Amino acid sequence: MKFKHESIETNSGLLIILTLIVISIGGLVEIVPLFFIDETVEDVKTADGRDAIRPYTPLEIRGRDIYIREGCYLCHSQMIRPFRDEMLRYGHYSLAAESKYDHPFQWGSKRTGPDLARVGGKYSNEWHVAHLINPRSVVPASIMPNYPWLMKNDLKYADITARMRALKKVGVPYSETDAEYKANVKRFGKKVADMLNIHYAERNLLAQAEKGNYDGDRSRLTEMDALVAYLQVLGTMVDFKQYGDGYFSKFR
Amino acid sequence: MSEQKTSKQSGAVQTTGHAWDGDIQEFNNPLPRWWLWSFYATVLFSVIYWVLFPAWPVGKTYTKGVMNDITYELNGKKVTTHWNTRALLMRDMQQGEDAVKQRKYMQKVASLSFSQVLANPEMMDFTRKVGKVLFADNCAACHGSGGQGKVGLFPNLVDDDWLWGGSISDIQATITHGRQGFMPSFRTAFTKKQLDDVVDYVLSLSGHKVDAARAARGKRIFNGQTGGCYYCHTKAGTGMKSAGSANLTDSIWTVADVNGQRDLEGKRAEVRRVILNGISRKMPAWKDRLSPVEIKLLSLYVYDLGGGKK
Ligand code: HEC
Ligand code: HEC
Ligand code: HEC
Repeated sequence: MKFKHESIETNSGLLIILTLIVISIGGLVEIVPLFFIDETVEDVKTADGRDAIRPYTPLEIRGRDIYIREGCYLCHSQMIRPFRDEMLRYGHYSLAAESKYDHPFQWGSKRTGPDLARVGGKYSNEWHVAHLINPRSVVPASIMPNYPWLMKNDLKYADITARMRALKKVGVPYSETDAEYKANVKRFGKKVADMLNIHYAERNLLAQAEKGNYDGDRSRLTEMDALVAYLQVLGTMVDFKQYGDGYFSKFR
Repeated sequence: MSEQKTSKQSGAVQTTGHAWDGDIQEFNNPLPRWWLWSFYATVLFSVIYWVLFPAWPVGKTYTKGVMNDITYELNGKKVTTHWNTRALLMRDMQQGEDAVKQRKYMQKVASLSFSQVLANPEMMDFTRKVGKVLFADNCAACHGSGGQGKVGLFPNLVDDDWLWGGSISDIQATITHGRQGFMPSFRTAFTKKQLDDVVDYVLSLSGHKVDAARAARGKRIFNGQTGGCYYCHTKAGTGMKSAGSANLTDSIWTVADVNGQRDLEGKRAEVRRVILNGISRKMPAWKDRLSPVEIKLLSLYVYDLGGGKK
């Protein structure tokens, strides 16, 4: 059969499929090669040679889910770009490695509020709690909405193992088998590897919340606990003092 | 009218030969010249761009571009690398016009002593400008945009009452290492009567008219083993820099909102609340977020806000 323009133009199903293929080429040629280029994701180690970037703990996973549920990413980016003004305000620019376990990534596309990529450790837990319940109680001119229910809602965590398994499916190294656990011990050290063990997820979640007391109320485990635990870890995993200023420009 | 135009043009221009619904035809007009040439120009641009800038993936690496290498300094050595935004930033931080101008001042501040900076109007001008920005980015969310703080949560940095000391080096230590303000809860320590007595004694220290008999009993609790308040607040109630304990003898309150209450009962309730609940509030450490010079500038800035002490 001879190919004719007309056979596409008169068959809307085929036209749609071919259109999609054509317009996705632009994206594919830009994105796919990055999966294969060695330097895309930086190799970042701790002082004792372990992987510096670790997957989130069970409590932090729940915090991240709440962050996404509440749409915080609509006003906050988590991507410090390599510009002088951003370095001066927010700290070291974000590394690709720092979001390698983020599914989906939280780079965001709009800054109504400040970037949050390095907000971990910047404020105290008490500040975050007061600020999330009512931002204007601490920043009078803030236009951020109130999230009072975070303190009222009990944190649901019965499905935490399922959430970790789902993330494992897309490549986050939570461990299920003994071999996976041992590999994690080698890669992250025992303390972190224990946290990444799916079988102890619930126990780990409760222990971290108890120890951290993020919402300031020991008697209850709230969504606030999880969200603040998540905010406090953002951007804190890499020790930039350990690397020279120019180190990360090697990776571009 | 449109019909007329169509029939006129159809004589001159070729059609594609497609016919829709019997008689709808499609002209095969040539593209306008200006459009076509612009298109060729963009194609040419992209080819030049591919040569000059990092562009094409090749196996596990990529073409790095030519003729626009970036040179910056690393540990005293010059490093030259292919064009990329991170190296560009390095160069901007080292050689950019603003960066060079600011670094000159920064280095000067770093090399001068506190009193030398304070005595130098040009340096103080710089300190106020840079300090204001640093304060807004890092401190204002807690201490307020002007440093006025919020009773109960974050201390006022403008007044001359200091928990941890108001000299520049005290302030510098506070910012560098952070502070943990802590007072235990006395929920189980006192009977209701004892609590009332201590509350009245505390208020009497700052000159409030309270029940004298209660205050006298409260004083014994404050300075004795039952309360042990003197252990942190001193027997005079003036507080200790080393413990960050509040001075209870002045009329400045940082946790108990005594000044916000109209009547004595309200004031008593505030002090009672603080004694029952205890206090735990944290000033974060900034040594990992800010450079030593930035902390020095901030210390001078806070000192200069009005409440600094020798
Ligand atoms: C309508 C837009 C908006 C939304 C939605 C929003 N924020 Fe904000 N946020 C802001 C603005 C504006 C500020 C700056 C003023 C302030 O500090 O409140 C801010 C400030 C912050 C800060 C302080 C950042 C800093 O470095 O000072 C944090 C932390 C924060 N938001 C967390 C959150 C979280 C968590 C959520 C979701 C539960 C959220 N925000 C949702 C607008 C928003
Ligand atoms: C998370 C909130 C928070 C942030 C952000 C913060 N502080 Fe504080 N700051 C506090 C608290 C709380 C205290 C009181 C600590 C205590 O109770 O002993 C304090 C105390 C201080 C003190 C000592 C006050 C005194 O009376 O001795 C100084 C000085 C100070 N802060 C300066 C700063 C500067 C400068 C910054 C910015 C780099 C900053 N703070 C950022 C919460 C904060
Ligand atoms: C372990 C040390 C410690 C002991 C013991 C202690 N305090 Fe305190 N107290 C503090 C500190 C530290 C602060 C300031 C906390 C801050 O600003 O974060 C404080 C603050 C206060 C305040 C609030 C002052 C203000 O300006 O708002 C009151 C009132 C007070 N103490 C009363 C007492 C009484 C009464 C007792 C004894 C029953 C007592 N304290 C025992 C350490 C102590």
